[in-house]
Amino acid sequence: MSRGQRISGIGMLCLGLLCSSSADVQAEDWLQFRGNATDSVAVNEALPTELSGSTIAWKSELPGRGVSGPIIANGQVYLSSSSGYSQDRLHVLCFDADSGNKAWERQFHATGRTMTHEKMSNATPTMASDGQRVFAFFSSNDLICLDSSGRLLWFRGLGSEFPNASNSLGMSSSPVVVGGIVVVQVESDAEAFACGIDIASGETKWQIERPRAANWTSPSVIPATNKQPALVLLQSSKGLTAVDPQSGKIQWNFEKGASTIPSATVSKGTVYVPSNGLTALRPGTEQVEELWNSGNLSPSTPSPVVMDGMALVVNSSGVLTAGNPENGERLWQLRLRGAFSSTPVVANGYLYAFNEAGVAFVVKPEADKGTIVSEMDLAETILCSPGVSNGGLFVRSDRHLIKLATPK
Amino acid sequence: MEIRQHYFYPQGRGCMRAWRGLLTACVLWSVLSASAPAADAVSNAVQVLQSLKGGGVDNKSAQRAVVTLVGSGERAMLPILQGFQNASPLGANWLRNSFEQIADRIVSTGKPLPTTALEEFIRDTTQSATARRLAYETLRAQDPAIESRMIPEMLLDPGAEFRRDAVARLVEEASKAEGPAAVELYRKALTGAVHEDQVKVVAEALRKNGETVDISRHFGFVSRWMLTGPFDNREEKGFAVAYAPEKEFETQGPSLSAEYDGMNGKVTWKPLETTDDYGLIDIAAQIENFKGSAMYASTVWNSPAEQSLQIRLGTPNAWKLWVNGKLMFEREEYHRSSQMDQYVIPVTLKAGDNSICLKICQNEQTQEWAQKYQYQLRVCDSTGAGVLPAPVAAGNSEKSGGEQ
Repeated sequence: MSRGQRISGIGMLCLGLLCSSSADVQAEDWLQFRGNATDSVAVNEALPTELSGSTIAWKSELPGRGVSGPIIANGQVYLSSSSGYSQDRLHVLCFDADSGNKAWERQFHATGRTMTHEKMSNATPTMASDGQRVFAFFSSNDLICLDSSGRLLWFRGLGSEFPNASNSLGMSSSPVVVGGIVVVQVESDAEAFACGIDIASGETKWQIERPRAANWTSPSVIPATNKQPALVLLQSSKGLTAVDPQSGKIQWNFEKGASTIPSATVSKGTVYVPSNGLTALRPGTEQVEELWNSGNLSPSTPSPVVMDGMALVVNSSGVLTAGNPENGERLWQLRLRGAFSSTPVVANGYLYAFNEAGVAFVVKPEADKGTIVSEMDLAETILCSPGVSNGGLFVRSDRHLIKLATPK
Repeated sequence: MEIRQHYFYPQGRGCMRAWRGLLTACVLWSVLSASAPAADAVSNAVQVLQSLKGGGVDNKSAQRAVVTLVGSGERAMLPILQGFQNASPLGANWLRNSFEQIADRIVSTGKPLPTTALEEFIRDTTQSATARRLAYETLRAQDPAIESRMIPEMLLDPGAEFRRDAVARLVEEASKAEGPAAVELYRKALTGAVHEDQVKVVAEALRKNGETVDISRHFGFVSRWMLTGPFDNREEKGFAVAYAPEKEFETQGPSLSAEYDGMNGKVTWKPLETTDDYGLIDIAAQIENFKGSAMYASTVWNSPAEQSLQIRLGTPNAWKLWVNGKLMFEREEYHRSSQMDQYVIPVTLKAGDNSICLKICQNEQTQEWAQKYQYQLRVCDSTGAGVLPAPVAAGNSEKSGGEQ
């Protein structure tokens, strides 16, 4: 064995250990779009309820453009951006969650189409992580897996593998990671599929055809229970499909149509899908039961959030509406201000919402009313959904990654 | 397809052991890395990354190659950059990651980058423009002065990003000048400009100064066409139907004197020309917005020699493109926006006449934003610089609706 080969072997040992050791998910991690359970709920987190300049822990400048939200794993914040005249430069960034210092940045070139609506960018899908690896997905359908130090583990150019699976307005579906599989939805008028890719090898484990139609929703997760394994929900204009993330086998279909922008949310075993307003479903292993439908609860771009006996949606006029999650009955409405693209998060009984103009609202939702307890104008365009970790609320504007936290 | 499943999650003590092992291995690796792999190992690793097939099947060999390259440190930097030349886009991304890891390590340890070698590489325009840009940006992060040292020479560079920077400097300079001096600088900027936004700015400035600018010619738009139709595309069913012109495209080429059965009666080929700066053929405005229809378009592009170029198309309608009888791509998407260079199709054009044919489909959507029935097509090189055809031989111009 030559010295070169020996060194390579040791390097591979390092890499192998990284690839095979624990996906050590910390309780305070926020590993994908809308959090670990794709429900926008930060468990056991307390965020500042009075926002002011002093609650801005740090702001870090970002390259290029992006609509993707931050994820947080093991004290590091990961974010994607895209730059260049045709948005073909792909950036994956890593910041220290405490200081905001950039730990590393990696760049790649898109292998698929990069054209998007001006409000979107190639970096619209939010990244995902298993706690150890991170997965950056772009509108160009490039799926990139890196380790926590920025080493490339695998690269799938789904845009070049499936060149017709693109949307001239841009693709926005964020991947989810379930049981060692990263699931992506790649759906457009010209070609549409979903696939499960092995997080360790980057190989496709399964691929299924999807309805050929433009779709900007992201997969949701029904967490595993003692009785049944986790399921992934794939939403489209046709409805909602539950698939086994290990095999891609379809478990059940809800076929009454659904929105192509806000995504379904799962709370306490009930699925709340944006369909003809909002529809609640009780999923089984191989079938699904419709519990109620309410036209009074109509989410626009933000996905629904469920907390403390309330299903909360933001409509196209910036009105926050609370409904009874048991029957869909409207409980109250609260006018926020402006248009919203970002899905709110909830933590410790409060809801945190950012409008497109960059105004952050802290809302206290109660059974009979909602109250804005604090607001702060960050004065920068915010379209992404924020992340929460270890007392910090992380949000990206069109220029900065910002951490909001109670001053130490 | 049989897929191996090999992920697992050691917990607790197992996890700690794994991390201790990792730490030990990393220390060993860093000690041994002081001596780099042999040059042939570097060359082999570059070749592995160049030949990646994609589809997720060869990630392990790619990972091994990256470890070899990164372990080689500075001496692998140039071979990595040179490797971009024959690498696929996928392979180039793996090479880039190797290079970035090495550069990060050099910079973080306070060592100097191999500036002279990298600058020489940047100046070598036979190398990959992507790799040259990577080298340039790596140096620029440490030495911003490289921009004023190198960019002014790059107005006609084979890399679009270098050209863009050079044009931006000239436009900035021209905006501070007046009269003939400004015109001269804008004229110079235009020679290198390949992006729509920069050309718009330059053309507007020149026209304000009374200058004539042929934007369509600058970008290589094809402005003269022969069109026939409409054919039936109600319920979007006509996209998949090979009507008579389409069958001709794929056999003997379009018969421009033919008469066909269209959706509203007999149709023939008719010339259509545009004077639009951006080569827009507006079927809805120049002919009619036939709802639920398909139109065929044909032109001839005379190439002085065989050459690898790009056809760039913009349309909000569903489309198919044939070059010399070969279907190059087809896309069934309606009214999801449109812009110049929306689709980029690499082509090899033969010496002499090349037949370029299109099928453009309109659907029956009624929304105001869904009424466009149009396309724009140009021929350019990989930077986006327009390429013009050779003059059409006498008597041959009617194939393309007139001389281009």
